[in-house]
Amino acid sequence: MTDAAVEARVTTVGGAATWKGLIVQPAAIAAVLAGFLVWLNLAPLTASERSTLDPASLWGSTLEHLSLTFVAASIVLVIAIPLGVLLTRPALRRLRGPVLFIANFGQAAPAIGMIVLLAMLITSGYWASIVALVIYAALPVLRNTVIGILGVDSSLVEAGRGMGMSAASVLFRVELPLAVPVMLAGIRTALVLLVGAAALAAFVNGGGLGLLITTGVNLYLFSVLISGALLIALLALTIDWLGRVVEHVARPKGL
Amino acid sequence: MSESAVSRPSTGTISGKSIVLDNVTKQYPGQSSPAVDGVTLEIPAGKIVMLVGPSGCGKTTTLKMINRLIEPTKGRIVLGDEDVTSIGGDELRRRIGYVIQAGGLFPHMTVAANIAIVPKMLGWDKGRIAARVDELLELVSLDPAQYRDRFPKELSGGQQQRVGVARALAADPPVLLMDEPFGAVDPITRQRLQDELLSIQEEVQKTIVIVTHDFDEAVKLGDWIVVFTEGARIVQYDTPERILAEPANAFVENFIGSGAGLKQLTLRRVGEVTLADAVTVHAGEAAASAIEKMERADHNHVVVLDDRERPVQWLSRRQLARLDTLTDVPEDKLPVVGQGATLNDALDTMLVSSAGAALVTGRRDVFLGVITVETVMDAITAARASAAASIGGPVGTNSDAIPTVAPDAPTSAGSSMSQAHDD
Repeated sequence: MTDAAVEARVTTVGGAATWKGLIVQPAAIAAVLAGFLVWLNLAPLTASERSTLDPASLWGSTLEHLSLTFVAASIVLVIAIPLGVLLTRPALRRLRGPVLFIANFGQAAPAIGMIVLLAMLITSGYWASIVALVIYAALPVLRNTVIGILGVDSSLVEAGRGMGMSAASVLFRVELPLAVPVMLAGIRTALVLLVGAAALAAFVNGGGLGLLITTGVNLYLFSVLISGALLIALLALTIDWLGRVVEHVARPKGL
Repeated sequence: MSESAVSRPSTGTISGKSIVLDNVTKQYPGQSSPAVDGVTLEIPAGKIVMLVGPSGCGKTTTLKMINRLIEPTKGRIVLGDEDVTSIGGDELRRRIGYVIQAGGLFPHMTVAANIAIVPKMLGWDKGRIAARVDELLELVSLDPAQYRDRFPKELSGGQQQRVGVARALAADPPVLLMDEPFGAVDPITRQRLQDELLSIQEEVQKTIVIVTHDFDEAVKLGDWIVVFTEGARIVQYDTPERILAEPANAFVENFIGSGAGLKQLTLRRVGEVTLADAVTVHAGEAAASAIEKMERADHNHVVVLDDRERPVQWLSRRQLARLDTLTDVPEDKLPVVGQGATLNDALDTMLVSSAGAALVTGRRDVFLGVITVETVMDAITAARASAAASIGGPVGTNSDAIPTVAPDAPTSAGSSMSQAHDD
């Protein structure tokens, strides 16, 4: 019983440390955001600055930005996770290298170039941005799905098969649950990348907070430029934090 | 009379099924020689059969073909009286327990959830599964209340391995396959787990096939041992006694390693040999009457027992001469062995004592008799002779086995188990 008690305490201490990290980050984000809002109300802004930084339109741009991020992320998950799982199956093992190479290429290519290129090739606007963002952010999810599943001790797979679990059952009940921490880390990375890259959608009329940056650059309105950059950074940090919370909660017990 | 049956009295009824591998071959594509070449192996029901051999000899491949984790290229597998070569692999494996090194427990599931996997797949109801989990944890000496809700990382290596065995036994399969089960634990834990496996086997009487590269483990656990060499060629398939006494060839001899005679000592227990008589007296008697008794029996020592017939002193003539009455003060370093001890333990005790013999005690430490070096020698001679004389046993050959490789390999199919090691 004593060792059980010790183990329990160790777990709580470890948990507390993690939670402390998870509380500091949103507090810092909230403080910076509050500072920005105070500045927005008190700063001597010109009329054009004030109309661009109007709270309603800021909120609208933020929602647009989130929409770009999450629609692209959803498409990434739907494509990259099943693809990643397939690439770990023995039958498709040989495709793993080439596919990861292509995904690598997608991330290495400059996002701005890709967005502009796609806008010219397909159509400009929201969906061109989404396609470019999906290509850009697929790699971390794909790679971490593959790594996460391959990282599961092969003796566990053998034990499962040896007990009479089907290959699918081993995948869903053993391999995927154990790969969840690594996969979630990949998804969080992809989301943070997407928040940053979604700023580029403004170049092809895709909307989002990137609009503040392009406006700021074009009209020499530095307060608008900096506001846009700051809001995007805060959004990225918030999403990063949300991802960490999910990782913490969804981590399988016993690991 | 089977020797192994004496050391392991059969309390339960045999719940295992026999296994027959009939001319089974595994040829991997792109390899010139098969990994397993035409093995025919008869595994008797309710026995422990050890597959031993150097690494890469195909013993693990042979094991995994029994539950078709590796599909044989050729040949038939018969479980009980059912040909299982072509039934669904997953369905077959649910009927065969499988234990791997270090237990192979799923780290994200509790002990109870791990054990419940196969019963759940078989559609047992919750109450039955919960009862079975507790029953199995008791069987492997883990307190259910304390351990059932723990995660594997909260268990020691030995405990994990025990849960692994419990998980394999969950749906009461007739056959248990174990792939180097005790390879990843420390020597002391390994010995304890081996002893526990033997006592579990007394109770459950499964057919157990174990792969190991440790010959001592094979001798300790096996009713039968299959010695393999490259390409899963069966060099010898015999009882531990016979393999130690009559190794088929130089390969087996090398594999046994040094000290085959000493290893034989571990196969027989003190309770199985005829003990020498001793003059016994009780504490409180006069020394003079003890000397008289001793002289009448023409002995040089007397054993002093306490009021519960437990030996307390072992006195020589010279020591007796110096005493008036006998006390029940226990003598220091009295050489005592239990009747369950192996001859190896007894010999060790004798060598440490000056007497060249040891006192044997039975249940509740009651004195039974004396074991001497001569008794041990006689027992070993008899064991060698009986091992050499015994014939028959289950079949184990390769399809194209060269007769000179295994001159002693039994080839008569269907010879009954009771014939084996007849004294």
